[in-house]
Amino acid sequence: MSASPATPTEMMTIAAARALKNDDVCFVGIGAPSAACNLARLTHAPGITLIYESGTIGTAPDVLPLSIGDGELCETAVTTVSVPEMFRYWLQGGRISVGFLGAAQLDPYGNINTTVIGDYHHPKVRLPGGGGAPEIATSCGEIFITMNQSKRGMVQNIDFFTSFGHGRGGNHRQELGITTKGPTLLVTDLAVWKPHPETKAFQVVSLHPGVTRQQVKEACGWQVAYADDVGETPPPTALELDTLRDLRARTERAHRAA
Amino acid sequence: MAKFQTLQEAVAKNLHDGDVAAFEGFTHLIPFAAAHEAIRQGRKDLTLIRMTPDLIYDQMVGMGMAKRLVFSYVGNPGAGLLLRVRDAVEKGWPNEIEIEEHSHAGMANAYEAGAAGLPCAVFRGYRGAGLKEVNPNIRSITCPFTGEELAAVPSIRPDVTFIHAQKANRNGDVLINGIIGIQKEAVLAARRAVVTVEEIVEDFAGVSPNACVLPQWTVTAIAVVPGGANPSYAHGFYDRDNAAYLAWNDIAGDRERFAAWMKDNVLEASPEVFAERVARLRKGNA
Repeated sequence: MSASPATPTEMMTIAAARALKNDDVCFVGIGAPSAACNLARLTHAPGITLIYESGTIGTAPDVLPLSIGDGELCETAVTTVSVPEMFRYWLQGGRISVGFLGAAQLDPYGNINTTVIGDYHHPKVRLPGGGGAPEIATSCGEIFITMNQSKRGMVQNIDFFTSFGHGRGGNHRQELGITTKGPTLLVTDLAVWKPHPETKAFQVVSLHPGVTRQQVKEACGWQVAYADDVGETPPPTALELDTLRDLRARTERAHRAA
Repeated sequence: MAKFQTLQEAVAKNLHDGDVAAFEGFTHLIPFAAAHEAIRQGRKDLTLIRMTPDLIYDQMVGMGMAKRLVFSYVGNPGAGLLLRVRDAVEKGWPNEIEIEEHSHAGMANAYEAGAAGLPCAVFRGYRGAGLKEVNPNIRSITCPFTGEELAAVPSIRPDVTFIHAQKANRNGDVLINGIIGIQKEAVLAARRAVVTVEEIVEDFAGVSPNACVLPQWTVTAIAVVPGGANPSYAHGFYDRDNAAYLAWNDIAGDRERFAAWMKDNVLEASPEVFAERVARLRKGNA
């Protein structure tokens, strides 16, 4: 079916989708996470509960929403609750197993900046800010992150701590009284990363098919570390790739049509 | 006691220079028609509160109406940045604005505390987050029972809240369907509340007893403005104009293009244009 091989971004979405389980309850960030979460629902995890911060719980959209509050999210949801209920009962209440986030700037400890480049009070670039992310990062059971790799995006020191990952590493989360796991997975367009068990710094656990260590190094602003046994990410199956491309095509038609 | 008024009257009577104002609606039911009327009436020095400033506050900030912006996500949802807000924050154009930034959880809790008549909201939040270092309104409080340290933010108490809703009945009760966001809390937290609606119906017969209804005595004024949420949407009436959201980046990216767009589409327009704008977005007309 699939005419062409997977692009790096398609490989990223597919590898990210695979990390989700059928019984997960997942708080979905907009953009790259939304594609991965819906691909999981349309392939191996039809029972997954997807939650968007607009209050839609158990939603099953036919196309990827442009915003976190598109009408189809509500029309297909099991229930739609108010925004304070979403953040108080469902997120703070500990009902959500996985938070799936994107990042503008990421450090090796999974701390995320989506707020400013430069000084907060005199920013070089004012980014959108945190939205739901600061509490998603600390209240969900664990956090998956997905983003395209670049030297500007993956940096040793982020300009602003929008969402706390593992802080300085080690036990920094526990020191702040945070009881959830924090970032346990990073999926980029080149590789799959997991935190080192003790330092909590991300290290590469598998390279996507055809990707070299040199490419990973050239697209990362911190010193890349590798796990002891680095494998190759399994290539996309025809089902994964076809499902993702159909989803993207439906989405493109829907958002440009209006 | 809700008064049925024209949009011009409702805005003139309830929004004054220097007010603390919230125009709420979480992606859905954003009260664009009310904001456009406020722009035409030239209100200024406003403190504008909104979880997601969205295009509605990009337009108001770009027209120089805001002295302060309180928010938790200042992007164009799914489409990028808000370039008029960014110009004000980075370059002070058309005027410098103060910002007070929270997370969604912080603002949702603060609105709820406002509706509950409390001075502050208490929740588990901002742990390890940089915002509490730059926003003096984010503090902490110790639970007197467990000793747990929790976040505290002041409640939100707007002078006036504007929302858009699907329906009012003849009594002036207001019905909201779909993604209900923060509207109920934003209305109950405010001194005055102005609601634009798609239509007025005789009564709410057949509506679920648990539906989100604001009784008429919680609302100050109601104005009928079909299409009044466009380019946001009204569940059951018309869809979100995603193409317009995508097109906004180009319009807002240039000061002169923005000024020309505002002249043609807001300053020289009237509330009636909203009905025409949503005609092709109504169910069955897609």
